[in-house]
Amino acid sequence: MARRVVAISPRGGIAAAALVLLLILAALGAVMSRAEVGAGLSPSDWAALRFTVVQAVLSAVISTICAVPVARALARRRFFGRGVLVTLLGAPFILPVIVAVIGLLTVFGRAGWFNLALGAVGLPPVSIYGLHGVVLAHVFFNLPLATRLLLQGWQTLPSERFRLAAQLRLTPFAAFRAIEWPMLRQVLPGVAALIFVICLTSFAVALTLGGGPRATTVELAIYQAFQFDFDLGRAARLSLAQLVLAGGAALIALWVIPPVSLGSGLDRPVQRWERGGTARALDTICITLAAGFLLLPLSAILWRGTWGLAAVPPVVWKAAGQSIFVGCISVVVLGVLALPMAGWIASSRRGGVEAIGLLGLSASPLMIGTGWFILIHPVAAPATLALPVTALVNALMALPFALRIMVPRLRDTVQDYGRLSATLGLRGWPLWRWVLLPRVRAQAGFAAGLTAALSMGDLGVIALFADQDRVTLPLQMYRLMGAYQMEAAAGAALILLTLALGAFWICDKGGRWHAEA
Amino acid sequence: MLKLEKFEIRQTDFALSADMVLEPRTKYAVIGPSGAGKSTLLNAICGFISLSGGRLLWQGSDITQADPADRPMTMLFQDNNLFPHLSVQQNVGLGLRPDLRLQRDEKDRVAQALARVGLQDHADKRPGALSGGQQSRAALARVLVQARPLVLLDEPFAALGPALRNEMLDLVQSLIEETGAALMMVTHAPQDVRRIADQVIFVEGGRAHAPQPAAALMDNPPPELRAYLG
Amino acid sequence: MKYLTLAAGILGASAAYAETPELTVYTYDSFVSEWGPGPAIKTAFEAECACTLKFEGMGDGAALLARLKLEGERSEADVLLGIDTSLIATAKATGLFTPTTIKADYTLPVAWEDDTFAPYDWGYFAFVHNSDMTPPKNFTDLAASDLKIVIQDPRSSTPGLGLLMWVKAAYGDEAAGIWEGLADNVVTVTKGWSEAYGLFLEGEADMVLSYTTSPAYHLIAEEDATKSAAVFDEGNYMQIEVMGRLAASDQPELAQQFIEFMVSDAAQSVLPTTNWMYPAVTPAAGLPKGFETLSVPEKALLIANDDVPALRDEALQEWLGALSQ
Repeated sequence: MARRVVAISPRGGIAAAALVLLLILAALGAVMSRAEVGAGLSPSDWAALRFTVVQAVLSAVISTICAVPVARALARRRFFGRGVLVTLLGAPFILPVIVAVIGLLTVFGRAGWFNLALGAVGLPPVSIYGLHGVVLAHVFFNLPLATRLLLQGWQTLPSERFRLAAQLRLTPFAAFRAIEWPMLRQVLPGVAALIFVICLTSFAVALTLGGGPRATTVELAIYQAFQFDFDLGRAARLSLAQLVLAGGAALIALWVIPPVSLGSGLDRPVQRWERGGTARALDTICITLAAGFLLLPLSAILWRGTWGLAAVPPVVWKAAGQSIFVGCISVVVLGVLALPMAGWIASSRRGGVEAIGLLGLSASPLMIGTGWFILIHPVAAPATLALPVTALVNALMALPFALRIMVPRLRDTVQDYGRLSATLGLRGWPLWRWVLLPRVRAQAGFAAGLTAALSMGDLGVIALFADQDRVTLPLQMYRLMGAYQMEAAAGAALILLTLALGAFWICDKGGRWHAEA
Repeated sequence: MLKLEKFEIRQTDFALSADMVLEPRTKYAVIGPSGAGKSTLLNAICGFISLSGGRLLWQGSDITQADPADRPMTMLFQDNNLFPHLSVQQNVGLGLRPDLRLQRDEKDRVAQALARVGLQDHADKRPGALSGGQQSRAALARVLVQARPLVLLDEPFAALGPALRNEMLDLVQSLIEETGAALMMVTHAPQDVRRIADQVIFVEGGRAHAPQPAAALMDNPPPELRAYLG
Repeated sequence: MKYLTLAAGILGASAAYAETPELTVYTYDSFVSEWGPGPAIKTAFEAECACTLKFEGMGDGAALLARLKLEGERSEADVLLGIDTSLIATAKATGLFTPTTIKADYTLPVAWEDDTFAPYDWGYFAFVHNSDMTPPKNFTDLAASDLKIVIQDPRSSTPGLGLLMWVKAAYGDEAAGIWEGLADNVVTVTKGWSEAYGLFLEGEADMVLSYTTSPAYHLIAEEDATKSAAVFDEGNYMQIEVMGRLAASDQPELAQQFIEFMVSDAAQSVLPTTNWMYPAVTPAAGLPKGFETLSVPEKALLIANDDVPALRDEALQEWLGALSQ
């Protein structure tokens, strides 16, 4: 018999999910309405699909697997600079592609530090270009994200569990199986699916580091269809293929997530009773390796950008203002979409709805942008709606992250406090105000930070809609590069990185008070 | 008066039926072997588990489909009786108003309830900063302000030591008497039954037996109960 | 919907106030940026037209055309500025453009005979390299060397498409063989010009596909003479950037005036040091100092506009085949 647990009304969530679906499907429909009838995909499209899936699977699996020891080490160690490191983990993910690629190449490129070091000890240079380069870059982007999501999982483990483990003198492996593995089983599939979907829409990274047309992704084919061939039918078919792949991945992942709760504690600060030199040494190695892998390219960007700052023209600051504005609206839109959806998903037994969230990310930004351009153009000048549309699309892209971050916590809250809330008659706004929001605060802060940072670094949709007065910072940076102003562009990249990290830090900090409380 | 009329709960590999009347101002102990369905019975009465058959009547009106909050009862669970992120005062205040917009007199009632359970000096603390006994007292303060005609206890004091548990049971008993509520409590301990219960509901073999006077039953238990008591 | 109404209200109000006519020009992004020719051209043209000149910048030439096709007859655009010769046939096929007669003394290496589009600047594609190396003399040399190059993807960028046409123009049916030879020289292929040029400056490759005029930027703007462009003996392919009028324009005279302005001295003298290309009509004062140091190919290659679409598909297949192995 059904257990009636809690009174989170599904109405808001259903409305939000419907809106998301509508935004995507309306765009797809609009593109199709302008397309000539065509059939199927060409052999080169199939090759692109194959490559896309292979690189996305590899990237997702490797990022997720590598993130486990790193997150575990970060969860159990307290050291100087840990907070900064955790914040910086957000950085690679929010960097504009070109900035990150150049940062990576400074370290791993032909003339990069890594090859210089190899040369110094007499080893032959290693080429970054190829499938391994694509995967390396995607791991660079997504390992930190995966680590943060897993770290969040570790933080939901009640400290009481670890006391129990210490009490029972469980071996590290036994403790892992008893406490951490059940949590990982819940968190890992979702994280892997998320990264898979992110990598599905990769385009410039895959092409540049893939070393040529071997590394053609679906997104490149979509770009070609839209911009070069103006073959809207093919663009729509490819977009649909992308949506199907992402939806499939999402459903598989959500299917394997077991619907169990992690139990609850009394919000005591997590303190662990683990000793042992080997474990500490291993953790140190994990953290050092991960930090090096992430921080070296970042420091390259920092180094380059500092020199470029002097060359940065005033328009860049104006663009920075626009980007901050876009970031703020995106966060608001995200809140309106994500919270009710997360609440709805958390109180239903299976999380199938979360797949809808992933669709927003897997839909090609070019497809959504073009579709909405077709819809808006007859009614209003698209440029006047540039910032709202950008904010909306950015929120859409950030939605799956927000859901992934908030749903597990909300699910636990419902499980633990659903009955109590129900006996007290908490529903609607008071339920959110007094129970759900405070419980999910840390996660919501993280999600908001990610959204703000992501939308500041976004280039996708704004490029289609923007006019002269509404140039965002990433677009301005590309313009600088297009005008040979590579130094100023590096300066602008540093500003962007700082802004994005700043927004991320503020939101994240705002939510994370309880970790130290 | 709460009437369980041909009450039926069916879950995948579990079934429980009950048919009984619970009187006001009476203290019922629910006893029975582990897994017999004591908690399930309380959860069903409270509205957390849907019935597969029968009705629940309060003063003659059907509340089978009513929301947990709209039923004339309040319940303390085995754990999670307090929101850890809210202060003790807020936790108690929620018993009066879910939106916590407390009027002056409502605030006074919260303060009185806290004073009644001896927590006047801990009103602004979070539950995590309280001892186990103090947490139980805070939950009881909320039960007090809720002032529902029926209080259900699903072993909320199981984790406390014997002395503390007795103290809590005494507190419950006097609170119940003050508010004139009926009490329905799950317990494993025969001495608890003797200590407070007027009537005993024995749950066993897929049935919640109709209440019987506690003293007589404990002095002269039928075979199944004897087997359970050991 | 409130926002829409509000926006419509503001637009309506400003339209009612507007007494000066407005000319809308769609162009690529870097044209309108602070460092591009856009700002100077706007000031100069507005001084003589009694109108408002509005540039709308978007992506590159291909993106411009895609945008116009999306908007169709409802487009706000009066003038399109910024596609190159390889897109002219596609642009004409849309039927959105109207013929423009224009008199100008073009100083292009080829004769210009198009009734719809007029050139405003041009350049030669070339591989740019550091001056301290000896560049190859042609594609065969390059293929035989172990030099590393970065190129742009012809499916997403105009220079990339230009390179396809270059190899096709120089080698015809043997183009596929050239690409097979080049495959091991290509470090990587990028989405657009900026990425490729950035990688080259990072030292990721010995040469990058750009223009013979690129070193002029480093020389004039940065006083840096360490970059040169390689001249190939089979000829360098030309990029001629053109502009045309939209048939649905509500300002046809103003559009005509703008196009004439763009080939006049006032505009032409701005282009070399802002767009870093050769002006279509050499200004009376000549080219800016520094341009005389640029390498000049002996042979200018260009495929007839109408032949591009068919050749493009063929060349793309050859390119994909050679580089995908």
